[in-house]
Amino acid sequence: MSTELIRLSAADLAAKLASGEVSSVEATQAHLDRIAAVDADIHAFLHVSDHALQVAADVDRRRADGEALGPVAGVPLAIKDVLVTTDMPSTSGSRILEGYLSPFDATVVARSRAAGLVPLGKTNMDEFAMGSSTEHSAYGPTHNPWDLDRIPGGSGGGSAAAVAAFEAPLALGSDTGGSIRQPAHVTGTVGLKPTYGGVSRYGAIALASSLDQVGPVTRTVLDAGLLHDVIGGHDPHDSTSLTDRWPSFADAAREGARGDVLRGLRVGVISELPDSGFQPGVSKSFRAALAAMEAQGAELVEISAPHFEYGVAAYYLILPAEASSNLAKFDSVRFGLRVTPSGTPTVESVMAATREAGFGDEVKRRIILGTYALSAGYYDAYYGSAQKVRTLIQRDFDSAFAQVDVIATPSAPTTAFRLGEKIDDPMQMYLNDVTTIPANLAGVPGISIPSGLAEEDGLPVGIQFLAPARQDAQLYRVGAALEALLVDSWGGPLLDRAPVLRQAQGAGEVA
Amino acid sequence: MRHLGVLARIQLSDEEVERLTGQLDVIVDNIAKVSQVATPDVPATSHPIPLRNVYRADEVGETLTLAQALQNAPDAADGRFRVTAILGEEQ
Amino acid sequence: MAKDALMDYDAAIEMFEPVLGFEVHVELNTKTKMFSAAPNSFGREANSDLAPVDLGLPGSLPVVNEQAVKYSISLGLALGCQIAPSSRFARKNYFYPDLGKNYQISQYDEPIAFEGSVEVELADGTRVVVPIERAHMEEDAGKLTHVGGSTGRIQGAEYSLVDYNRAGVPLVEIVTKPIYGAEHRAPEIAKAYVQTVRDIVLSLGISDAKMERGNLRCDANVSLRPRGQEKLGTRTETKNVNSMRSVERAVRYEIQRQAAILAAGGSITQETRHWHEDTGTTSPGRPKSDADDYRYFPEPDLLPVVPSAELIDELRAALPEPPAERRRRLKAEWGFSDLEFQDVANGGLLSEVAATIDAGATPAAARKWWTGEISRIANAQGREATDLVSPADVASLQGLIDAGTLTDKLARQVLEGVILGEGTPQEVIDARGLAVVSDDGALIAAIDDALASQPDVLEKIRDGKVQAAGAVIGAVMKAMRGQADAARVRELILERAAQ
Ligand SMILES: [Mg+2]
Ligand SMILES: [Zn+2]
Repeated sequence: MSTELIRLSAADLAAKLASGEVSSVEATQAHLDRIAAVDADIHAFLHVSDHALQVAADVDRRRADGEALGPVAGVPLAIKDVLVTTDMPSTSGSRILEGYLSPFDATVVARSRAAGLVPLGKTNMDEFAMGSSTEHSAYGPTHNPWDLDRIPGGSGGGSAAAVAAFEAPLALGSDTGGSIRQPAHVTGTVGLKPTYGGVSRYGAIALASSLDQVGPVTRTVLDAGLLHDVIGGHDPHDSTSLTDRWPSFADAAREGARGDVLRGLRVGVISELPDSGFQPGVSKSFRAALAAMEAQGAELVEISAPHFEYGVAAYYLILPAEASSNLAKFDSVRFGLRVTPSGTPTVESVMAATREAGFGDEVKRRIILGTYALSAGYYDAYYGSAQKVRTLIQRDFDSAFAQVDVIATPSAPTTAFRLGEKIDDPMQMYLNDVTTIPANLAGVPGISIPSGLAEEDGLPVGIQFLAPARQDAQLYRVGAALEALLVDSWGGPLLDRAPVLRQAQGAGEVA
Repeated sequence: MRHLGVLARIQLSDEEVERLTGQLDVIVDNIAKVSQVATPDVPATSHPIPLRNVYRADEVGETLTLAQALQNAPDAADGRFRVTAILGEEQ
Repeated sequence: MAKDALMDYDAAIEMFEPVLGFEVHVELNTKTKMFSAAPNSFGREANSDLAPVDLGLPGSLPVVNEQAVKYSISLGLALGCQIAPSSRFARKNYFYPDLGKNYQISQYDEPIAFEGSVEVELADGTRVVVPIERAHMEEDAGKLTHVGGSTGRIQGAEYSLVDYNRAGVPLVEIVTKPIYGAEHRAPEIAKAYVQTVRDIVLSLGISDAKMERGNLRCDANVSLRPRGQEKLGTRTETKNVNSMRSVERAVRYEIQRQAAILAAGGSITQETRHWHEDTGTTSPGRPKSDADDYRYFPEPDLLPVVPSAELIDELRAALPEPPAERRRRLKAEWGFSDLEFQDVANGGLLSEVAATIDAGATPAAARKWWTGEISRIANAQGREATDLVSPADVASLQGLIDAGTLTDKLARQVLEGVILGEGTPQEVIDARGLAVVSDDGALIAAIDDALASQPDVLEKIRDGKVQAAGAVIGAVMKAMRGQADAARVRELILERAAQ
């Protein structure tokens, strides 16, 4: 029974909750049991809520009282630790924030609670979202449910692994340069980075303010749409939040799943992204997905995006610059760790010792690089030039979207690499983001959905679709259409092929 | 590098100074790469979606209680945050 | 602290040309902060008026206060500035415990107002034009209290306590261009400039402008160059000169100090200097250094401010008259002599007198209070008259005299109470029990008591020795603790004698 519960999509679970077939307490308990059973190996969670069952019971009671509840009320939710929560610690994967309790909820968390979602806990991540492997978490890495020796992607490896390991049907992520889409790619799950400003950043511990965006992490496109409907929309607490009225993304996904949206759909393929830059199995899976779309009437159009290759360089000027400033607040005065050096400490030496001890190497590296990029009034030359590249990339998108409805790319160049394999090679790690970064620089939405397994290693591969700014709904339509095709061709969800996880001793699932 | 450590308020070990010095090249390379196309005629994009005049009405909203304000403080006294002696001056 | 060598002021001006510059910070009196909906308050319990962003809490974000933008535009217009068609916020990055985020949101290369000028009128009616470079919006920092050590100053303190209530209060920083040609009037121009800025913000109603509270703060830049030299000398920046008279004194001091160094063949260190109100001297602070690498960059959490032409026109139409015009008008309206008017103007009391008159006092009474008793107390305490008491309280004090509730003498006691922060005049009267006793019954009872111990007085009065009443009046006033109208007491005694 509970094994079935945890494998349900959020949409299907919501239907059972609505019909009364299943209670939220049962669903929540099933997921808590699953976490207890497998998370020692996965380490997707940094904190598991001690009152999720009470929250679930409250939803059940309200439902029993005949209260009108939202479409996903009672469904469990995992929350990336970058999002602040009043009832659980929020560390952003850093030692410097160990035990930090926020006096306010992130807007997306508040909206999730209001929608009756049941927070299960906080998920692991690269420290302050800096990384593509979750190896840079101060609390140890998360493991990929497909192969425990491999990375789950990053920075949101915890959220992706949690949904891939059936520890939660829904999770929240954040994406600064691919942190939602790349983990989705390596874990065989779905992740969507909304249009910049489509989802509030209030309460998301900032990495790079002009790039960060919060979004859904799920196993199906429809589930992502359901969660996006809950968290999206204008928030006056975030000045960069758009005031647009958004369509229902769940409806868009349902419309897409009917399949006819692929007929006549113009899909752009970037000529500058040669197959040679990608692992063969990744390229092959990508080509196969495109062929499947073509067979349904989609038209493949070669497009040019000559400035995408400058994206990584621009990104690694903008991100450290903004991060160095955003992370200055961690100084031991108002919150967080304090380390007092011996001798005659001054507040200056206390701050320096705290930041030395509280930040990991990758964070220090990026703060120093960002400080350098901004120092001596060179922001115009450095940061300013990088911002010009954003304009050029936006122009590339503009001219591409004049010819096509969506752009398709492999979500990342390789399948999940082994833990520790690239940790000492920051530039290699950075290049991992080459396909995802342009969307953050330009502010356009992007989705990654599973396209299959790479033939050489049997690991998941994702395909990314990009749409013009504000056309997130298009991604749900196209993503759901391809998802339906592929799941049909596989005879079931890709995750059905993932290995069965070892159950922790004495914590077997309740039958 | 030491100077950057001071600006960023991170005490760096000799080993870190050495390692990070090498990595500054990454920034230099990025600057060189970006400069190839960031010509004067290209305007900068500071925000991916252009907005302007985003304001809040001058009306008092919710505030933190004193307990909430201090709840994460490493050290506090007298309802205030307590810090070790300050060397530098106000700017 | 070693005493600075000072050159005689006139000799200094003979040898060197002083060049001035000012940075004045004005705290706006909006209801809420620049970037949060927390109250913009003063004197409340520490750390009780905070929103997450004021503490730089993880996940918090700033949102611009529209009223603060409007006030800033109005101030820019009143300073004769152009309003930028598009301006933006920038982060000024530096670590200091009074900054919740360890950066100050300010404006850098795109300030909201630039290129203006203000006409400043000196004591003798001479007008000087002070060129304005820019006025930009930013946020204030929190407040530090240094504990331990002897002085309450930062040096030698054991630890410091931080109250962030002030963090995020909206500021406009007004920066002048170099002011040339001030010559021997440099200190006077400095004072008149700050007074004028103060008059402008008060007439706009955008700041409480109390220097003592830090609503208005002035940093004064002074440099000297030998006569005939083109190149500007090295300047010092004297920080937080927090009264108008101190601005004058600090500029004069720096001129004398720098002149002594230069004349002796020395050179000036570019540094900030601290003004010491008590000794009337400046002392060296932080030298200009690498720490001034503020790593400005555009604030990614905020959007450009692009005021419409309509908004600017609307705010321009609502501007009060320019300071010089206003002086001329007020002088004519109030009917003061040249001397009387200069007394008010040089005391920096124009706005106070005007506001006191608006609150119901006659021009003569308003002038008498401000240039008389209030200025006397301010001088004695080394404080700014304008910081001591509000125009509304002065008007109400005068009203109480006019109504016979207070005698002049009692009114001075009430004023003392108001200055000590005991409340409004009426609250002081109630708390101290100070009103004139106008109840004849109480007076007659007191007179009876006094006569009982001096039974011969009535006889003396009847014998024509009216001055004998004085002893009884004195006793009655004493019994009434001064709160009787002596004239009425005398009348009652004479009535009794006539019976
Ligand atoms: Mg300044
Ligand atoms: Zn300033």
